[in-house]
Amino acid sequence: MYYVFDGSYAGFMSCVFESFERKEPGAIPVTELDFQPGLFQEGRTVQTDLAKMERVLRGLRKQLGDQKVLDFFRAFLSEDRKVWLSSFHIIHQIFQAGPAVLTNYGDADVLYFSQTLHKVSRERHRMKAFTRFQKSADGLFFAIIEPDFNVLPLVSGFFKNRYADQRWLIYDVKRRYGLLHEEGYVSEVQLTAPEKDALTDKAATITLDERDAQFELLWKQYFKSTNIESRRNMKLHLQHVPRRYWKYLPEKQG
Amino acid sequence: MEKIEEKLKILADAAKYDVSCSSSGSKRKNTGGIGDASASGICHTYTEDGRCVSLLKILLTNHCIYDCAFCVSRRSNDVKRAAFTVEEVVDLTMNFYRRNYIEGLFLSSGIFKNADFTMERLLRIVKKLRTEERYNGYIHLKTIPGASEELIKEAGLYADRMSINLELPTEAGLKMLAPEKDHDSVRKPLAFVNQQKQAFKAESKLIKHVPTFVPAGQSTQMVIGATPETDLEIMGVANSFYKDYKLKRVYYSGYVPVNNTSSLLPQIGTTPPLIRENRLYQTDWLLRFYGFQLDELLNTHHQQLDLDIDPKLSWALRNPHLFPVDINTADFNAILRIPGVGKKSALKVVQARKFGRLSEYQVRKMGIDFNRAKFFMRCADTPFSLGALSMASVKNRILREGNSKYKRMMPQAQLSLF
Ligand code: SF4
Repeated sequence: MYYVFDGSYAGFMSCVFESFERKEPGAIPVTELDFQPGLFQEGRTVQTDLAKMERVLRGLRKQLGDQKVLDFFRAFLSEDRKVWLSSFHIIHQIFQAGPAVLTNYGDADVLYFSQTLHKVSRERHRMKAFTRFQKSADGLFFAIIEPDFNVLPLVSGFFKNRYADQRWLIYDVKRRYGLLHEEGYVSEVQLTAPEKDALTDKAATITLDERDAQFELLWKQYFKSTNIESRRNMKLHLQHVPRRYWKYLPEKQG
Repeated sequence: MEKIEEKLKILADAAKYDVSCSSSGSKRKNTGGIGDASASGICHTYTEDGRCVSLLKILLTNHCIYDCAFCVSRRSNDVKRAAFTVEEVVDLTMNFYRRNYIEGLFLSSGIFKNADFTMERLLRIVKKLRTEERYNGYIHLKTIPGASEELIKEAGLYADRMSINLELPTEAGLKMLAPEKDHDSVRKPLAFVNQQKQAFKAESKLIKHVPTFVPAGQSTQMVIGATPETDLEIMGVANSFYKDYKLKRVYYSGYVPVNNTSSLLPQIGTTPPLIRENRLYQTDWLLRFYGFQLDELLNTHHQQLDLDIDPKLSWALRNPHLFPVDINTADFNAILRIPGVGKKSALKVVQARKFGRLSEYQVRKMGIDFNRAKFFMRCADTPFSLGALSMASVKNRILREGNSKYKRMMPQAQLSLF
């Protein structure tokens, strides 16, 4: 039996709720987009219901504590369908056998879940490190990112604390949404097509702060000076800064 | 006056041989201004030699009244000299920080005029950042040897980490290459800062809101391969510095030749001893996080670290009577000592085995370097014959299977040696 949901975390948790209520632990949650109804594919649409999500989360919090429950959200943001299914199985196991199952690394689902968490956490860490702001003439610091996983929600608190006195916008081009920080509040923004082009196009229509180009140049030059030629080791370099991130790093551009 | 680009080039270039780039260990919070110091530290980019770039690492100036043979900035060296103003350093730091290029500032300096004159300038920069710019990002400040205790003490209120380089592992080495310096001028400030830090700590137990004092602690650095110390001597010095001054880190920096004028030093073009440097870091790691004692890894019978294998494997091969370890019954510390098993994997093993005895196929997936570990451990389904292998053949098989990082890291120039 497939449970078809809208692709949101609340929708996913609503599926968990349904599967308990209907006693169908073998159900497989799929998004509307992924689901292809066919002869052998029985699907039931599950409505996203915040109250149902809250009940599942409350149950989990009792078992695991607040922090650990967030792991399911983190794993969900990987957008990896396989780990969604593993989470689904693990939650069922937790409600049956208690929180200890989470350390049963001999179990394929548990191990995959923990490995995915590790990957998501690495991507989150990379976005803290590789996000680069430019300053516009009106004082907005803006950055474009294109992370492997949907980690923007996981770095919002970090940037909010760090750049508390700064207006900033971080935009995920892959998932077409961004976070805007103004005076202590972070809100989600979707950009209109011309706004997005202004942001991503190099011949930008955004006017930059007059000293912005100078600091970018100084940064590039600093990066060059820190290199010690006799220790050059590109393999190690690429391991730390894989090529797919270069696009948004000024120091990796000519 | 030179342009800022020119200054940055000269003063970043001169600072880059100081390897420390750690930005971790501080917990400075943003209190209304800008920035915080992330407890785990962040590398914002990496150099092409694979080193972490976390901080804007610059000298205030490369003018220096000393003449240490191993240093690019020594007074007798014919290089371009430059000096930043206090305002320039502050402006650069703030603008790099706001663009998320860096975690903070690493500020060092050549000694111009005298120690106090230099230290006073450094102090003005960190003070301005903290009080005027309300900057809470990371600051690593070099203590200038010979600076007065009042200046050091005030700087400690603004810096997250302070460090002072030992430069050469032994007094004898220092006498040879930097006769104007001695280890005492390093020990004294390290001891002073440590003692201040403990005093602040004791006070903060009694009174709330005591200002933080060097919250990320102190570190030091030794240059490796410029003078003929053994690995045993080097690690012995490191070990006692960790103990005596509660250092957070000791850095080992393979000597990069910077001149041909001193016949005592490796000449320009000599490859820096990268593998040896790496082995020293591994040893340091085993001492601090894996529960090893120094004499297990290095002692009078074994004064140099092996270059072809890492120190943990080397230790295991010298102690065949301790293996194989049964991962289903051994305690955590014994599992941690199996070559190819790291901390996370060891933890996974002891947690997972509560659910039943673990077999090879399960252990393989727990992040263990199985090709190496298999010679030293037993799983539920391991056949008994493996224990009979001699350690010499184990070493050969591990090296043959090419799992040794050593081979990959080995610069071409050194390959022929072995
Ligand atoms: S005192 Fe420091 S900067 Fe001056 S020559 Fe010696 S090591 Fe270099």
